[in-house]
Amino acid sequence: MTELNDLKLKVLELLKEDARRTPTLLATLLGVAEQDVCTAIKELEDQHVIVKYAAVVNWDKVDDEKVTALIEVQITPERGRGFEGIAERIYLYPQVKSVYLMSGAYDLLVEVEGRNLREVANFVSEKLSPIDSVLSTKTNFTLKKYKQDGIIFEDHQEDNRLMISP
Amino acid sequence: MNIKPEALTDSNKAMSSYLSPLVREIPSSGIRKFFDLVGGNKDIITLGVGEPDFTTPWHMREACVYSLERGFTSYTSNAGTPELREAISEYLDEQFAVRYDPKSEIIVTVGGSEAIDLALRALIVPGDEILVPEPCYISYSPITSIGGGIPVGIETFAKDEFKLTAEALEAKITPKSKVLILCYPSNPTGATMTYEDWLPIAKVVEKHDLIVISDEIYAELNYGEKHVSFAAMPGMMDRTILVSGFSKAFAMTGWRIGYTCGHPDLIAAMLKIHQYTVMCAPSMGQVAALEGLRNGLGEKDRMVEAYNQRRRLMVEGFREIGLECHEPRGAFYVFPSIQSTGLSSDEFAQRLLAEAKVAAVPGNVFGLGGEGYLRCSYATSVSQLTEALDRIGQFVEKVKKEG
Repeated sequence: MTELNDLKLKVLELLKEDARRTPTLLATLLGVAEQDVCTAIKELEDQHVIVKYAAVVNWDKVDDEKVTALIEVQITPERGRGFEGIAERIYLYPQVKSVYLMSGAYDLLVEVEGRNLREVANFVSEKLSPIDSVLSTKTNFTLKKYKQDGIIFEDHQEDNRLMISP
Repeated sequence: MNIKPEALTDSNKAMSSYLSPLVREIPSSGIRKFFDLVGGNKDIITLGVGEPDFTTPWHMREACVYSLERGFTSYTSNAGTPELREAISEYLDEQFAVRYDPKSEIIVTVGGSEAIDLALRALIVPGDEILVPEPCYISYSPITSIGGGIPVGIETFAKDEFKLTAEALEAKITPKSKVLILCYPSNPTGATMTYEDWLPIAKVVEKHDLIVISDEIYAELNYGEKHVSFAAMPGMMDRTILVSGFSKAFAMTGWRIGYTCGHPDLIAAMLKIHQYTVMCAPSMGQVAALEGLRNGLGEKDRMVEAYNQRRRLMVEGFREIGLECHEPRGAFYVFPSIQSTGLSSDEFAQRLLAEAKVAAVPGNVFGLGGEGYLRCSYATSVSQLTEALDRIGQFVEKVKKEG
């Protein structure tokens, strides 16, 4: 686990809000030298703390058919490797968007994306379920995404404050 | 009053003759005049708002909603719910080292504004002079006048970081001087006062037997040394009426929950006016405020950190544009000088609005010492502030070329 200093934590928070912020702007906001921000970002990238810069997209707004399912998977762990090997077998499929090891009633939570229900169902029945260690799967299709990564998708709150006030 | 219908429609002049001269003679707010110019134009980036751009944290709103569901809709005690007064007392003690008895020294008010009005009405005998360091919040002088007092401005200057000095205060004191109104951190300048800054002021206050109304509504929005309440200065506790509230630090402007603390005799007098006018502050707002004090300090700190980041952006931005800008250490305003452009505050603000679509408040509306400055609130998103600075930069360049 990487121990981060205060500057790096603040840089992460500001980039999480908006990844397009430049080092110049970050330096101004934080009251530090631009070079320090650049160094912090470089180290965060090298340490794979910052893994990627990506946009949070509300796909419901895009006319592009997509179905997402959260699949609860129970598995038998492998001797010596535990859940790692089986998780790897699963996450290497391109249609798998995320995989989490969970506590509770099941072991892995697998997020799968497909063009339609049939495609996701085929993935579960033809790829996921036949894996030897997989004991059971329970597929939950997402119907609507309200909030992701702290961002509320339907939050169109207008600024209703008076234009000028005391 | 028996007025015939035709008299009502006759003319406004006739009706205005019924008004108290105290009210009639008060000029209308310069901010309001400027607001009318801005109108509802949504293309404008506004740096004019004197309120947080954050919504009241959800857990506080939710606490209010639950209280309504449980039917908590009655009057509270005149001074506010005992739980809230208790929490305010503990909060002030922990944050600013001032201790007030929740039973006899605190009133929960309808915003900080009501508290200032209560204090002035409780203190003013017609003809009393009320000292006000300026530039300052636009309401102090009008409320003083409505109460029959005479507002006396004390000009403060950028070279002193808009701090009040003992010499300037002393120079304005007369035998009629009774009250000094303080507002630090300051709206509109963002100036703050340290313990060392307050010491000589406290001596003058004691020497001339003044009562102080200390409006500390921006106390939590402090980016330098920790806020020093004037009430915490040696010998000032009994002479000070502390005014604060939840509007700014807890993003609760619309709820109208403020509070005032002071000597039991003063608070008792203020409570009389409060109970005969508003009865009590809104009960549901008191619930949300209590939740804020109990569980909202972390969110308050996050908002303060965000303001601090924007403050740096604005100060640096104005300096890069070539406008002098003292470093504000409190509140959420910057107060750059626009004197190098050769325009007056009014001209600058009006042209900035018309030509660059940025609304900011001309400094002259805040009283003495405000001419030649512009109040810009940074309680707006970083992206909006960046865009506003770009537009102001282009505008200033254009004006300087003209000159």
